[in-house]
Amino acid sequence: MSGVTAFVNVRLVDPASGYDGPGSLIVAEGVIADVVQGGAPKALAKDVEIIDGKGAMLLPGLVDIRVKTGEPGSETKETLKSAALAAAAGGVTSMVVQPDTHPAVDEPSVVDFILRRARDIELVKVYPAGAATKGAQGQRMAEIGLMAEAGCLYITDADRPIVDSKVLRRVLSYAKAFGVLVAHRPADPWLTAGAAASEGEFASRMGLPGSPAIAEKIMLERDLALVELTGARLLVDQLTTADAIQSFRRARAKGLPVTATTSINHLSFNEIDIGDYRTFCKVEPPLRSEDDRQAVIEAVATGLIEIVVSAHAPAPAEDKRLPYDEAAPGAVGLQTLLPALLTFHHEGRIPLIDLIRTVTSAPADLLGLPQGRLAKGAPADLVLCDINAPILIDADKLLSKSKNSPFDGRRLQGKVLRTVVDGRTVFGG
Amino acid sequence: MNTAPPGLNEVLQRTFSFPKKHFLSATDLNEVEVANLLDLADGFVSLNRQTSKKLDLLKGRTLMNLFFENSTRTQSSFELAGKRLGADVVNMSPRSSSISKGETLIDTAVTLNAMQPDLLVVRHASSGAASLLSQKVSCSVVNAGDGQHEHPTQALLDALSMRRAFGRIAGLKVAICGDVMHSRVARSNIALLQMLGAEVRLVGPPTLIPPQADRWNVAIFHDMREGIAGCDVVMMLRLQLERMDGVMAPSQREYFRFFGLDREKLACAAPHVRVMHPGPMNRGVEIDSDVADDLSVSLIQDQVEMGVAARMAVLTSLAARLENDR
Repeated sequence: MSGVTAFVNVRLVDPASGYDGPGSLIVAEGVIADVVQGGAPKALAKDVEIIDGKGAMLLPGLVDIRVKTGEPGSETKETLKSAALAAAAGGVTSMVVQPDTHPAVDEPSVVDFILRRARDIELVKVYPAGAATKGAQGQRMAEIGLMAEAGCLYITDADRPIVDSKVLRRVLSYAKAFGVLVAHRPADPWLTAGAAASEGEFASRMGLPGSPAIAEKIMLERDLALVELTGARLLVDQLTTADAIQSFRRARAKGLPVTATTSINHLSFNEIDIGDYRTFCKVEPPLRSEDDRQAVIEAVATGLIEIVVSAHAPAPAEDKRLPYDEAAPGAVGLQTLLPALLTFHHEGRIPLIDLIRTVTSAPADLLGLPQGRLAKGAPADLVLCDINAPILIDADKLLSKSKNSPFDGRRLQGKVLRTVVDGRTVFGG
Repeated sequence: MNTAPPGLNEVLQRTFSFPKKHFLSATDLNEVEVANLLDLADGFVSLNRQTSKKLDLLKGRTLMNLFFENSTRTQSSFELAGKRLGADVVNMSPRSSSISKGETLIDTAVTLNAMQPDLLVVRHASSGAASLLSQKVSCSVVNAGDGQHEHPTQALLDALSMRRAFGRIAGLKVAICGDVMHSRVARSNIALLQMLGAEVRLVGPPTLIPPQADRWNVAIFHDMREGIAGCDVVMMLRLQLERMDGVMAPSQREYFRFFGLDREKLACAAPHVRVMHPGPMNRGVEIDSDVADDLSVSLIQDQVEMGVAARMAVLTSLAARLENDR
């Protein structure tokens, strides 16, 4: 074996270059050695391993920048290893794990711990996000500079908004000096306190305590004003409402250095999916009205929302099999992200290459990662996928330790055939 | 009664007609006044090194130290300056007496004024306090630090230390590093050094640099190595420990890692660099002992010595003006 692999007879989809068409791709020593657009590669040496895609789609491995595991501290929910197995099966080759663990990722030794564990697991790439404040409690700045040196990719308090504006202002200016990106969840803490669903006719009828959609816009407007004051970059963690999208659009028009994500859950479901109190559909922020969902899809289609995340948040049965308002929020999503996203291609709502960009080159570019593209010299992080193959999601068969998938029982299209990280096959094949 | 110490006449020749009644802010001064004050202070340095230090330039005068904030260093520096000039010196710490009984700053001032002091040296936690007092008393007021505003005698003694080390101030590159936001020392130094033709830079995390300080005609750096690159003087500021635990900076160790002055960072400055610190130092937080105690680079001990001389120059100049009034 020369250690050289050729993917031939594939449909290359590379949002970074904008190419979507037939071709082949050569991998050597863990990196992409050549990309041949149009046809077959020139004569290959005899000892090259040839993988015939038979027309399947070859795309960059997915970069999912909002993943929760239970490690360290809640390993019964999910370990880094079980999450990595689910990621590999779902075509996610890079994931950024959230810092609200026990202990929180708020100092460099915990960053180092996660990086070391990920190296030992040797499946997909795992990057820690650091906490913006100590314990992700929103009070005192965490060791942002030291964590950035240790290798955290951005800082965030994950689900907890930083309520004290003075603290967020300091975090933004301090992080800016170190070139560190800050992510922040926009949610007014008082309007959302105690809520289990989005306020509206449905929640009222179901008797569920609701929070109004404008809770997102109110906090977002403050965050955007602080961005204007400090000049710092901000990643808006999950835009899910039409009102907040409008605010965000205005900020972008002003030229503020802001980027937004949304989650696959808010693209795929609305509040009605809660149905007969299905707690697998209890996520944070709560599922929105159909009007809001349509606005989110439109914002992704136009490129205003550049990044889609799985918002993978494992919750075991004992936390989910409870009355709706007592159940833990969160949904696993690493393994279903790609087929769920492809729905919008199959429905003709969003062009394939634009869809794939939201989970590959867009997040990679934001975080300065070299992967997420089919380019010569880039890491060979690849997914071979039959985008038309029908699949039935069976939550019990998902590889996550927790099986809380709102897609349970759904029929989707798009089957991952093989996942490759740095040239190594980590799934399928 | 004493025989004049050698060198006194030389110093007396350096006295000049200081046109101001109070010494409140570095921005009140002009270049000529500062040069005269520095010349005069230079003379006092030599006198202070003699066995017999006692002069009678302020004989019969009363100097009142009014320190609403504790400061052993500045207070004793003024006390020594007054005593060496022959004045009667009284130290008041209203913090432990009348203020706690509810007396206002003005009440205290009026009371003390009735005791007919000639010179009132004031330290107060509020910006503008010295200026307010000066409007309510008939004696001369010296600002020994008002809140986060100014500490003009510190800037004068820093300038004296630099001029003695380099022979000049014009053209020097001075990096002021650390907690500029809360520092009166920084504000007085920026004003005085710029007046004297030095190039001033501010270095620190953005949380400790005052908003819009870029309008002060200073270059601002958030990277210490870049900020002190090629500098002749690195002036470190004290950072209060309670501001470091996640409030203005994440932790002591992170602060030292990125903004503490150690040998490695100091190597970015000019080869002949001198290090200053107004004291008291947080060793291992904003400055490494290795640097602070190295007399070949550190001017920190000199600064303390220059403090007494600079304050003698200020007191002498103000007292001369009082004489003209009466």
